Amino acid sequence: MSEIKTGAPLLRVHDIHVYYGAIHAIKGISLEVYENEIVTLIGANGAGKSTTLNTIAGLLRPRQGTVELNGENINGVSASKMVSRGLSLCPEGRRIFQQMTVRENLEMGAYSRPAAEIEGSLEEMFERFPRLKEREKQIGGTLSGGEQQMLAMARALMSRPRLLMLDEPSMGLAPILVEQIFGIISELHASGVTILLVEQNAQMALQVADRAYVMETGVITMQGPAHELLHNDAVQKAYLGS
Amino acid sequence: MVAFLRYLINGISLGSVYAIIALGYSMVYGIAKMLNFAHGDIIMVGAYIVFCVMVYLSMPPFLAVLAAIVVCTLLGIAIERLAYKPLRQSASLAVLITAIGVSYFLQNAAMLIWGSNPKVFSSVFNVGNLRMLNGELVISSEALLTIAANIIIMIGLTQFTSRTKMGKAMRAVSEDKGAAELMGINVNRTISLTFAIGSALAAIAGALLCSTTNPNLVPTTGSMPGIKAFTAAVFGGIGSIPGAFIGGLLLGVIEIMAKAYISTELSDAIVFAVLIIVLLFKPAGLLGKPVREKV
Ligand SMILES: Nc1ncnc2c1ncn2[C@@H]1O[C@H](COP(=O)(O)OP(=O)(O)OP(=O)(O)O)[C@@H](O)[C@H]1O
Ligand SMILES: [Mg+2]
Repeated sequence: MSEIKTGAPLLRVHDIHVYYGAIHAIKGISLEVYENEIVTLIGANGAGKSTTLNTIAGLLRPRQGTVELNGENINGVSASKMVSRGLSLCPEGRRIFQQMTVRENLEMGAYSRPAAEIEGSLEEMFERFPRLKEREKQIGGTLSGGEQQMLAMARALMSRPRLLMLDEPSMGLAPILVEQIFGIISELHASGVTILLVEQNAQMALQVADRAYVMETGVITMQGPAHELLHNDAVQKAYLGS
Repeated sequence: MVAFLRYLINGISLGSVYAIIALGYSMVYGIAKMLNFAHGDIIMVGAYIVFCVMVYLSMPPFLAVLAAIVVCTLLGIAIERLAYKPLRQSASLAVLITAIGVSYFLQNAAMLIWGSNPKVFSSVFNVGNLRMLNGELVISSEALLTIAANIIIMIGLTQFTSRTKMGKAMRAVSEDKGAAELMGINVNRTISLTFAIGSALAAIAGALLCSTTNPNLVPTTGSMPGIKAFTAAVFGGIGSIPGAFIGGLLLGVIEIMAKAYISTELSDAIVFAVLIIVLLFKPAGLLGKPVREKV
């Protein structure tokens, strides 16, 4: 699983710097994600994980550095054009459309695709997430936290991304649901989806991932195969509470 | 009894004009999260265009209204692009002040172009009146047309936002711009479209307003109906399409009834008193959804 990857990466982030006004949130980070990998980005609160994902997704602009998708520079491509380039972000806090039905939420996920293809993908999602099928006509805001997370992930998958970015999918969920979400992530990986995963739950993230990056206040401090980091002393102390 | 019915129909007709204006107000608020105080003045511009095309170009009313719709749509898009879009990230107070500025700008521009003497508007849609109850109850064709237009617009917008891809995208943008963008929705274009629809409705409202209750067209013609329609939108629940519809109708009926049975001078005060009472009990308006703050 974690052999050295060769060839060009699907995603290549090179030395990006991101600011919020005067706040220097990302101070030159570089990372790669290869086809069919799960890569996880872990780190404490405020390390800059979400900022990194939002920058890759085009919601924020790096002041310096480059983001390449499939060898193409995507700096300055607006977030709304990113989906059709094969990049999909399932944002922190789910951000599902609370007033829209489950079905409408999924339709929005496929906004950039031709209408004729949507029905097939809907069926696919309902098969993967049977809970959503039962709640097809229910208003998003009335779903439970776990169901909302599943909806957010399904919505992100509706664009058929080449790279799926997940920002803390296990946030605020009961342990049993966390297990379930990570189960889904493994399944997605098995079916060939490339994933960049941001997590607070370092234990679980390192168990499903191929490779990992550890972030601290805007910089990457460690990187390597996930199973190695899982047993690394410094990581254990800082993020695994042992 | 006949008098009451007459007042009721007048109220519904006036309320329909308010509702059409309120729909524009409400849609723009729902999506751009701003109060477009210049909305009332777009009504005025629409009415002037109808007047000019009918009187100076001697074109039929239908074409005059069409011309007004085109001009107001473009005007709405231009205002959004030039005045509001640069302030998208600014404090809402800055946007509000800008909107008031745009309102005065439109009024002064109209004063320059058309002068301050009233243009006497002849009805756009007079095809005779409907007589009922042995001729005791006369309903004007304008009133009927206004009511019909309101209902058609309300149904049309509801269908648009619930069934079409663009309409659903609009709802998505109104809920969460960032998430909508991540779906691939072009947020700027969606906001433009909203201003276009709202302004087109304002043009129709302008023609109807001057045909029914307000034949003396002056550059400030749009202000009061604009404020009343804003009130109607808040009354019904701002951001809600059926809310604007019901709010507008109720406001029109209350205003006419207050004029007829209580006092002409106090009618506006009564309208606002009712609004305040409703908001005391239902702060989000009649059909508004209580805002749930995200944590
Ligand atoms: N909109 C913003 N304006 C100003 N500063 C911000 C903004 N968003 C984030 N920051 C700052 O940037 C830094 C990185 O934040 P970010 O949200 O990327 O962290 P994170 O690693 O995702 O944290 P968490 O695990 O809590 O989600 C923090 O110091 C934060 O305060
Ligand atoms: Mg975060």
